[in-house]
Amino acid sequence: MAEVHLPPVLLPLFQGLPRELAVEAGTVLEAIDRLDERWPGFRDRLVEPGPALRPHINVYVDRERGGLETELGTASRVDVIAAISGG
Amino acid sequence: MSKSVLLVGTRKGLFVLESGDRRDWSVRGPYCESWPIYQAVLDAESGTIYAAAASEWFGSAIWRSADLGETWEHSSEGIGYPEEDGGLKLSKVSSVMPAHGRLLVGAESAGLFESTDGGKTFSLVTTFEGQEGREAWNDPAQQPPGHLGLSAIIPHPEERDRFWIIVQGYSLFETTDGGKTWTPRNKGLRRDWPADYEEIGFCVHKVAPAADFERMYQQNHVGMHRSDDAGQTWTEITEGLPTDFGFAAATHPHDRDTFYVIPLDGGHGRTMPDGHAAVWRTRDAGSSWQQLDNGLPTDDAYVGVLREGMAFDDHDEPGLYFGTSTGQLFGSTDEGESWSQVGGLFPGITSVTVATVE
Repeated sequence: MAEVHLPPVLLPLFQGLPRELAVEAGTVLEAIDRLDERWPGFRDRLVEPGPALRPHINVYVDRERGGLETELGTASRVDVIAAISGG
Repeated sequence: MSKSVLLVGTRKGLFVLESGDRRDWSVRGPYCESWPIYQAVLDAESGTIYAAAASEWFGSAIWRSADLGETWEHSSEGIGYPEEDGGLKLSKVSSVMPAHGRLLVGAESAGLFESTDGGKTFSLVTTFEGQEGREAWNDPAQQPPGHLGLSAIIPHPEERDRFWIIVQGYSLFETTDGGKTWTPRNKGLRRDWPADYEEIGFCVHKVAPAADFERMYQQNHVGMHRSDDAGQTWTEITEGLPTDFGFAAATHPHDRDTFYVIPLDGGHGRTMPDGHAAVWRTRDAGSSWQQLDNGLPTDDAYVGVLREGMAFDDHDEPGLYFGTSTGQLFGSTDEGESWSQVGGLFPGITSVTVATVE
């Protein structure tokens, strides 16, 4: 099971969405889709048509920059980061 | 007992103001997780607040609240363009309008969506395929700043399939078949630039119909205009106003000849002329204008008001409200004769609407 860490600004958008949770998935996109099944609309917040990660959303897998197709190991850590930007 | 509910959309979320007497207002918010709000409205039929919002991080969504803002949900299910649709990208939802049991949503690139389940899911109505100028208005390099795409939806109060939309920087259109076909409604409008197209290429900022929907007023990039035939033809009525530029405008809900507008400097500043905040009113359909500034800041008030920034309520003596792009909200309950500031200091205001709730 991959361990997914989500940005705090994402949590209020979905009732009961925790900051950290375990997901069974082979890729980052699959992990996002698993979470979309539990929290409908979750995918739309991180992924735009293509599919592609939204411009200010970054994903790190095991501390390295990843993308939607990045493969996950059985004990991978996935960090979803909302870019520090805006004013 | 009824109360007035003001929805103040800002660049940092939505605020809900309530008052029983239209003098003392309570302020709640910011809602919608402080996403930039492009338009927020209260659907009189369902009692639901809908807000069109777009986050730099999380994309676009329609937010909804069935309890006047206490709790919220959001959805963008179905709001997006198919891969095969010429590669159109959706940068934001920029307008939302409930009408006749459905919810209409406008977006950039210019497209119209509808929801028939109260904002839970959406389907694409049209991206205006085949319409003259479509390629240009969907090209960000050829759009005016703001990149609003379909910037306004104006439903006819009785005819379900008849409504008007504005494509920012290009045209007012009318449909009478629910969005299947569109007719440009720009005859008589001024344009001070070379024409790439015959029937479109007019910078329509705001269209404010009277209650009968035959009389309409329009603030254009160049000039104030009036129509007496539901937008089929327009006549300029700028004379007597300090500038020909502005965004916000509102028609008196009970008097088709009375109309309000906030002229702004037409340069790139787009603030109150000479730093003198004022609303201008005509009571004779544009033959003459009065400057209304009692209670407004008239010195060094370099504030602007955006296209959805002014609204009337529906009282017998209607209240008129406007919000500035720097976050001040003003109200008048005496037809604009006097004004007072409402609420606190807000983030930049993008949308003001008001409703009466029992």
